[in-house]
Amino acid sequence: MTSSLRFRAAVVSIVLLAAFLGIWHLATRSTGAVGNMSPEYAKLMGLTATQGKSAMPGPLDVGAKLWEHLRQPFYDNGPNDKGLGIQLGYSIARVGFGYLLAVIVAIPLGFLIGMSPLISRALDPFIQVLKPISPLAWMPLALYTIKDSSISAIFVIFICSVWPMLLNTAFGVAAVRKEWINVARTLEVGTVRRAFTVILPAAAPTILTGMRISIGIAWLVIVAAEMLVGGTGIGYFVWNEWNNLSITNVIIAILMIGIVGMLLDQILARFTRMVTFPE
Amino acid sequence: MTDKFISIEGIARRYPGAGGGETTIFEDLWLSMKRGEFGCVIGHSGCGKTTVLNILAGLDQPSEGAVIVDGQAIEGTSLDRAVIFQSHALLPWRTVLGNVAYAVTSKWRNWDRARVKAHAQKFIDLVGLTGSEHKRPSELSGGMKQRVGIARALSITPKIMLMDEPFSALDALTRGTLQDEVRRICLETGQTAFMITHDVDEAIYLADKIFLMTNGPGAVLAEIVENPLPKDRGRIDLHRHPLYYAVRNHIVDFLVSRSKTFAATVTDHDPRNVPVVRPGKPELVVAAEAEDSIEASWPSVARPSTSA
Repeated sequence: MTSSLRFRAAVVSIVLLAAFLGIWHLATRSTGAVGNMSPEYAKLMGLTATQGKSAMPGPLDVGAKLWEHLRQPFYDNGPNDKGLGIQLGYSIARVGFGYLLAVIVAIPLGFLIGMSPLISRALDPFIQVLKPISPLAWMPLALYTIKDSSISAIFVIFICSVWPMLLNTAFGVAAVRKEWINVARTLEVGTVRRAFTVILPAAAPTILTGMRISIGIAWLVIVAAEMLVGGTGIGYFVWNEWNNLSITNVIIAILMIGIVGMLLDQILARFTRMVTFPE
Repeated sequence: MTDKFISIEGIARRYPGAGGGETTIFEDLWLSMKRGEFGCVIGHSGCGKTTVLNILAGLDQPSEGAVIVDGQAIEGTSLDRAVIFQSHALLPWRTVLGNVAYAVTSKWRNWDRARVKAHAQKFIDLVGLTGSEHKRPSELSGGMKQRVGIARALSITPKIMLMDEPFSALDALTRGTLQDEVRRICLETGQTAFMITHDVDEAIYLADKIFLMTNGPGAVLAEIVENPLPKDRGRIDLHRHPLYYAVRNHIVDFLVSRSKTFAATVTDHDPRNVPVVRPGKPELVVAAEAEDSIEASWPSVARPSTSA
């Protein structure tokens, strides 16, 4: 029953995709020669003017270009012409560094907040004020203090992914069932061992949920951050191709951002499933 | 002092009440048990039974007084006092073996893996869970979960086993089997046990001493009932023993009426010398009294022989 449902869902998905591509193709195709014009003018203007082709690339253009990119993902022809793989690699590396830094800070600090009501209350006003700040608002400050655009981008990733992890860790740790803590207490389990053998496994699903939210936000923010700092990365690529008026490349970049974001989310989802326990 | 293995000495528990005052759950509570004895506390909800047990376990501190176990005042929790929780409190991410092994490694930190496993396995076998070692708590029935809880408590070979209504969440059949197991294990190992229950029959079957507490707030230990039934009592013929109903009626009477009126009617109650009652021989008198009172309050329910 479930497999047939899955099969039917796949069929509907494919039909929807085909319909979307079909409509896209029809809407952007050439409509034939329009009027007479001097060949020189026509050459200057390209297909848009001569064949009535839309300025928006069609699915075939995008497909051809995508194939070109996929065949050579790692070429490097100087600062403004690098392969899609290199650009994505830069973005993923920045997200990875910033995110890792956030994990190192947020999880121990979240533990502390979750375990100590005093620290929880003391830090609460700071967290409440810092949390709603758009990560990009930190960018000028980061550029001024760090004086390195690449590290500034990493800092922005750090600051945006730290909050969901921090709050989820604190919540997960504070919400560990009292009876499990009591089991550890009656067994004279020390604080450190208790943290690792009872609190961490009990809070792990909540912590991982926070980490999953964070990776999503980090991937959203990196594109915007790289548009600002420039140089490398998929965000910079999008902006650069916009400046080149290559809508085809912009569309490809959008698709790639979506796919990488999905993969990152799936990886975290898998980790979450690994630590989730049935009750 | 040797006969007092556990001695609760004048403990009280107060909580800050509304309007700055204090609510006293119980105060000046004295209670002692010998080594190898099985004690049951019976009382209505809110009399502080669980608090007494938590204080004994070290999970809670008394506002006044002290608890002495084996000649030493207790301070916090200890591996000498194992707790079987009402909600079994198994760690759901560990298997049956993992849960028991967790307790074993907590007690013997330098044991190697094989030794821990063998020791844990012994107690899993003891509670009849052989074959389920690698199941997770979510795959077990309520009764099996509580068996794991018992195995975990026993595996650290505690001086005292503390049980907070361990069987109240189970169905009657499972409860009966587990009571049998607990009684068998306690008799075989000479385990000292302290248990809280609502179930009068459970108390009569398991306990050597039954502690009756009045209603809270301001609860006191009203009396100690010594169980007159023989040590080798069995579940099957328990209710046929001539003294069974004498004990049962005494406890039920206390729970129904005296637990409420105790504070008002008994003025010379000395909490340090709580009367020890041993419901004895005259079970016929109790039966006759009961009949009289039935006829007095329910004239229409007179027995056929008298109405004819």
